[in-house]
Amino acid sequence: MSDLFPLKVEQAVSRRRGKVLVGPVDLTLKARGTTVVIGPNGAGKTSLLRMLHGIARLNAGKITWNCPQDEAQRRQSFVFQTPVMLRRSVRDNLAYPLRVLGTPRADALQQADDWAERVGLGYAVNRPATVLSGGERQKLAIGRALIRSPDVLFLDEPCSSLDGRATREIEDILQKAAASGTRLIMSTHDMGQARRLASEVLFILGGKVHEFGPATPFFEGPQTAQARAFLRGDIVE
Amino acid sequence: MTDLWDGLSRAFFLLVSLDADLVEITLRSLRVTLTALLIASLIALPFGALLAVRRFRFRRTTIAVLNALMGLPPVVVGLIVYVFLSRSGPFGVFGLLFTPTAMIIAQIIIIVPLIASIAHQALRELWSDYHDLLISMNTTHIQRIQTLLWDGRRALLTAALAGFGRAIGEVGAIMVVGGNIDHHTRVLTTAIALETGKGEFAMALALGFILIGLAILVNIAIHWLTQTEREGRW
Repeated sequence: MSDLFPLKVEQAVSRRRGKVLVGPVDLTLKARGTTVVIGPNGAGKTSLLRMLHGIARLNAGKITWNCPQDEAQRRQSFVFQTPVMLRRSVRDNLAYPLRVLGTPRADALQQADDWAERVGLGYAVNRPATVLSGGERQKLAIGRALIRSPDVLFLDEPCSSLDGRATREIEDILQKAAASGTRLIMSTHDMGQARRLASEVLFILGGKVHEFGPATPFFEGPQTAQARAFLRGDIVE
Repeated sequence: MTDLWDGLSRAFFLLVSLDADLVEITLRSLRVTLTALLIASLIALPFGALLAVRRFRFRRTTIAVLNALMGLPPVVVGLIVYVFLSRSGPFGVFGLLFTPTAMIIAQIIIIVPLIASIAHQALRELWSDYHDLLISMNTTHIQRIQTLLWDGRRALLTAALAGFGRAIGEVGAIMVVGGNIDHHTRVLTTAIALETGKGEFAMALALGFILIGLAILVNIAIHWLTQTEREGRW
């Protein structure tokens, strides 16, 4: 299996009804680390992630993985801001991505149980997913995204509207995934979380990449005035 | 009013004595309608899911036509099926006219648009929920349809029950293509029409009550079997 990275993004633009959501973006992502996308509301964080993942229309430019497109598609997963719960049990939710790939049922269910334990939902495998709490839903969504052992995991503000404890549990899961070699690309509003998880930061403003670089220098001394203002907590438009 | 009471007591006696003719036409009613329902569901449910999942050129037109066909007048359907199945028609060689099979065909045509339309409405909601996830997971169209049909099965049950309701109470089409032949194609609704025509209101009412009871019984049985409306289910 060849390497997915580097991911090259050239002049990529995503529009909806004539309005530019994000772009033009030029970007090269390397194989290691956790990229955290930050920026104000409506800056295009979600659109950027969706465009990279390939579920938002690419209207101009190119996004090239270092392997054929359909193989790249299979090796990535996406966790949405509002987790989508299939109307099935927790176990069947976890098994679903494997079943779709044709994994035999018994095998898929066994892996589902294993992942339920790993994301801390072992006690709830038989519950319908739709009765889970917000934190449990997000953990289920992350487990379901990780069960295919993707090389890249996109997360769109996975901890928005979660409290401290749920956030910490989810960060633990994410850090374990990152340590085992999964490339994380996530957006967040929580600067504390960005500092805890990021190895590189992508600051996006008005649909364009405003600043992109390693995390520590960024947080210690942002290059641009807008990034400085954003980190201070000022309102940036 | 005396007719109503008469009807009720006649219905009671017919039921208690398990009247042979009554049992025969009730069973025929059930057989014709349940067969039609089964075949119609096999056609309409996947079609409804397909309409929810696929974007194709005439999709909106198809949905509009489907909704319009929900109000298809049964007598006209009966007439058209009659023309097709009659000796001089294109399917005349099969000799299906005035058989239960002809009645099943007519009922299928009547309820397919209804079931497909309700199924599509229900699955459209579900699809807007699932859309991003299933696209993200690279599922095929077939897998998307399978997922929607399975996870939306309870809503689809409602669609099927609506179809059952329309088919079991239908008289216009099956009268035309079945002919209401005693011991052959007579069912509850055609028998009611006949008894009313003869002025036998008590008998007609008795059959009517049995028909209503049957519809309620089948609905309850299906709900009980599939355990809808229980906590934690959907």
